Amino acid sequence: MHSFGYRANALFTFSVTALAFICAIASLSDNFSDQNPSAEIQILNINRFKKQSYENDEVSLTLDITADLQSLFTWNTKQVFAFVAAEYETPKNSLNQVSLWDAIIPDKEHAKFRIQTSNKYRFIDQGHNLRGKEFNLTLHWHVMPKTGKMFADKIVMPGYSLPDAYK
Amino acid sequence: MDWQGQKLAEQLMQILLLIAAVVAFVVGYTTASFRTMMLIYAGGVGVTTLITVPNWPFFNRHPLKWLEPSEAEKHPKPEVVVSSKKKSSKK
Repeated sequence: MHSFGYRANALFTFSVTALAFICAIASLSDNFSDQNPSAEIQILNINRFKKQSYENDEVSLTLDITADLQSLFTWNTKQVFAFVAAEYETPKNSLNQVSLWDAIIPDKEHAKFRIQTSNKYRFIDQGHNLRGKEFNLTLHWHVMPKTGKMFADKIVMPGYSLPDAYK
Repeated sequence: MDWQGQKLAEQLMQILLLIAAVVAFVVGYTTASFRTMMLIYAGGVGVTTLITVPNWPFFNRHPLKWLEPSEAEKHPKPEVVVSSKKKSSKK
């Protein structure tokens, strides 16, 4: 440790390595926490269901979304990104996923909520397949940590369907 | 800094940084505050820098004894003998 610059460099390298180490342990410690989120979605109303002038089907819905994602938050969580997608099958695609609503949840207090809203993003099909269609509404969430790997999970709620005729 | 001081400085740096990291993690985990962990660790790095990087006197407790300048003149360095065709250098 011959000179000022030598010692300063050695200290900098060692401190950054130790910092990486404690961040890795912080990230791993997340795995020990228990997680049990829950959610429920009701469709209050189907507002519009029409063909977009010789193009594709479009639906407008009003949703009532209740969710409790508080157990997903640990000391290492920065935010949770949640979105609701409608999933259904058509002859052309085995799985269609259309995102209807999303939100960024910044902390634990905001993670238990109930909102009634019309769909934030348009529910448009590729084609004319939506009459009488049965679909699932799935709540997906992505947990974004302060350090470490992001992971995602979902709750699938089946059993919703659209009317047989346009209105 | 002398040789003993250098060894002391290196050991102090490693031990202090490790202690700062462990204390930071434990306190941060138990208080569930990432920010606390980062602040404690940053404080530990700052303290360690102050203790080990500047050239404090306590790192120089076993100073090396260099030869005095007056002694050095009495015993000049041996001259390299060049071939006889060139002039020999002055003593």
